[in-house]
Amino acid sequence: MSAQGTAAPPRPEPPRPAAAARPRRRGPSSTQLVYLALGIILVVGAVLLAMRGGNLFSTGNLVDMLTRSSLLGFVAIGQTLVILCRSLDLSVGYVVALSSLVAATTMAGDPARIPLGIAAALAVAALVGLANGLVVTKLRVNAFIATLGTGLIIRGYLDTRYQGPAGEVPAAFQVFGYSRIGFVPVSTAVMLGVAVAGILLLRRTRLGYHMFAVGGDPEVARLSGIRTDRTMIIAHVLCSVAAGLAGLLLASRFGTGSALVYDSGYDLESIAAVVLGGTYLMGGSGGIAGTVAGVLILAVLDTVFNVLAIDPFFRDVLRGVIIIAAVALYARSQFAKRASRVRFPKAGPGDRAAGRAPTRAEQEQEVRQ
Amino acid sequence: MGVNEVTEPGPGRGTAPTGGAAPSDPAGAGGSGQSRSSHRPQAPQTSEPAPLLRMTGIEKSFLGVRVLHGVGLDLRAGEVHALVGENGAGKSTLMKVLAGVHRPDAGRIELDGAPVRFEHPLQAQRAGVSTVFQEFNLLPERSVAENVFLGREPRRRGLVDGRRMTADTEALLGELGIERLDPGARVRNLSVAEQQVVEIVKAVSRDARIISMDEPTAALAGAEVELLYRLVRRLRERGVAVLYVSHRLKEIFELGDRITVLKDGRLVDTADVAASTPDELVRKMVGRPMSAFFPDRAAGAAPGPVRLRVEGGGNEQLDGIDLELRGGEIVGLAGLQGSGRTELAQALFGIGRFTRGRMWVDGRPVLPRSPRQAVRAGLALVSEDRKAEGLALNQPVLANARMVLDAVLPGSAGRRARRVPEILSSLELVARGLDQEVRFLSGGNQQKVVMAKWLATEPAVMVLDEPTRGVDVGARQALYTRVRELADAGVAVLLISSELSEVLGMADRILVLYDGRIAGELPAGAEEEAVMALATGRAARGAAR
Repeated sequence: MSAQGTAAPPRPEPPRPAAAARPRRRGPSSTQLVYLALGIILVVGAVLLAMRGGNLFSTGNLVDMLTRSSLLGFVAIGQTLVILCRSLDLSVGYVVALSSLVAATTMAGDPARIPLGIAAALAVAALVGLANGLVVTKLRVNAFIATLGTGLIIRGYLDTRYQGPAGEVPAAFQVFGYSRIGFVPVSTAVMLGVAVAGILLLRRTRLGYHMFAVGGDPEVARLSGIRTDRTMIIAHVLCSVAAGLAGLLLASRFGTGSALVYDSGYDLESIAAVVLGGTYLMGGSGGIAGTVAGVLILAVLDTVFNVLAIDPFFRDVLRGVIIIAAVALYARSQFAKRASRVRFPKAGPGDRAAGRAPTRAEQEQEVRQ
Repeated sequence: MGVNEVTEPGPGRGTAPTGGAAPSDPAGAGGSGQSRSSHRPQAPQTSEPAPLLRMTGIEKSFLGVRVLHGVGLDLRAGEVHALVGENGAGKSTLMKVLAGVHRPDAGRIELDGAPVRFEHPLQAQRAGVSTVFQEFNLLPERSVAENVFLGREPRRRGLVDGRRMTADTEALLGELGIERLDPGARVRNLSVAEQQVVEIVKAVSRDARIISMDEPTAALAGAEVELLYRLVRRLRERGVAVLYVSHRLKEIFELGDRITVLKDGRLVDTADVAASTPDELVRKMVGRPMSAFFPDRAAGAAPGPVRLRVEGGGNEQLDGIDLELRGGEIVGLAGLQGSGRTELAQALFGIGRFTRGRMWVDGRPVLPRSPRQAVRAGLALVSEDRKAEGLALNQPVLANARMVLDAVLPGSAGRRARRVPEILSSLELVARGLDQEVRFLSGGNQQKVVMAKWLATEPAVMVLDEPTRGVDVGARQALYTRVRELADAGVAVLLISSELSEVLGMADRILVLYDGRIAGELPAGAEEEAVMALATGRAARGAAR
């Protein structure tokens, strides 16, 4: 008993009685499921393209997929953090537009002002996030309304102040948007770097642990000594900064700042990607690895449908179906735990080994039914 | 029943008990465990132990109603101190004052002789006072270790040291003699008993010197209770003072060192358990002896017609359920946790429905596929989890009491709805008014609202699943009387309870479940041992059939 520590490497030892009494009934995690789905979609897409004589994995198509995913990727990574905290951010689209404008107008075509432009754009984004976080925590306004409100305020500013594109991004900064290493665009590499940083944040820092706690049960978190408001505010700031990064990428691609990108639907699409990636909309469970897969799935679909030149309507239908199906599947895999308790499968006595008390999960399921 | 070493050799348990096979080795707890316990003061070895904590003259009012009148209590290191009293006696309030949830209006709290003030639960925790509430403070989606170290995750070079967290949790579990809990398991997959263990481990890991527990066995049964007993005794050996709130007298006498009795917010007495008897204790709590606790059975009255009949009912958790409930009788349903008690109630009510078998209500064949159909057929279910399943907590009393009528039986709502206030008053509901939100009522009064909700439907069959959980002694008696009246009025009652005394005291006959099947039937007045023999699978099936 004493040396059961998991710190020790696994020992191939004769039966530990506990092991039999404690069957690890872990099905695939939602992250594994979403990567499996990504694989299937890639294969199906590749086959469809091959039938038309195309190649999904040609450099052009790969670059297209990855470029698509980097922009949404930044936004969705940030969105994951707030959703994990049982909040959400509907202002991200406006933050993308605002930060692209701030960056472009600050840089004003001068390569020397690139760092200043980046700093200004991210600082403005962080301020919006701070405002969101403060309104959500201190004024106790529901995040849906709070971020919708800040988004509308930004929109009003953008609409009156910027009728068209503004500012100019120096060529040196456009490297961020257009250059690539092999078939990997720099922007995608940066996005993946941010994703890794985010995963590290969630899995290896107290802040990350506390985000799961705040999203899982704010009261439990508070009673455990976690500064819940602070955690939530930081999540909102990081979310907005991530959207600010997307704005920078946009500015470098367009060569200028654009107010109208807020209409591109990043807010809801990022939430869709997060949920597709297996994060609970109610917070407390999930992660960035899944979100990246969610983003990639959406990007692959876009590329495949583009190449096949199919009516965009079908693309949107399929996206909707996939998102709903994914969430339904996650809900089912929750339910699947119940199956392990089956004692009387059809008729007569079945497997009797499951003589154990109902788990909390099972009880919750019963409540839900 | 993952955590506990199973004590009954039931065929349904997959593995042999490991009880004495691996005596827990304190030295093996590892360096971290030892460093943790090194700064924990040990129990004083003197014959007259000084109190670790002393509360004196505690007063507390809510909205002008005084709940505590100058209550005093002291806790010694290494004692189990039982706190008893009816609901509304002020136990919870006193506990919450100690936990830092409520601030007392007057009075002193001294810890180690020095006055302290707890403005917030965290302050109490930091001072070494932890509380295990009935609603667990755990994150279901996180692992055991993550929950134990929540808010205090160990770090190495700035990053959370998950490995150490796991090892320390393992060591703590070992110290407490819990052998079958995986620190990496998700809390959502644990049983209630295991979750409670996690809560207690959490408290111990915070160097708690005082742990108060609010009805820790309310949701446990059988072997799980044994596990908790062992854990509490282990805590006592470690010099922890345990404040133990319970309605179950048996536990208090098995576990407690001293008993403090509260009544109507006043201290009645603090006495040594060794010098007390159950009868005396009940008298102190309610002012009447225990013998008058359960209402008389309908003396010799023949039971009425069959109102519910099930033949060969079964689903994933149940098999071969044959039963007949007659009007006018109370049938008790006993069984250990996990034996299928609640599943049977839910199957009858169309929740985890029967996939096999046939069922009749008043001779009409029905096999409810939803609670709605069950209600229409004349069934009522007072469910186990009052707060989650029985009540809309933020709605007023009347809306709750009319809920089923309005939702399911609108055609006849008029006549029946007019009776609702009458039913509520017949249950002696204590509330500020019918428009008061249910969440402000005490547990006993909430249960009365649930009862009223179902009585209003004028059911043929009433299934009561743990109707007295969290209900105090006095309110229980009223409830028992009402249930007997209900039966006398011709309703068939199925009473499910994990408290054997309740089943034995109330039921006209007793069905015992074991592993999803009816293991046997016993007449009223059966011995406790006979029930346990069936419930643990020791006796042959169908003993009295």
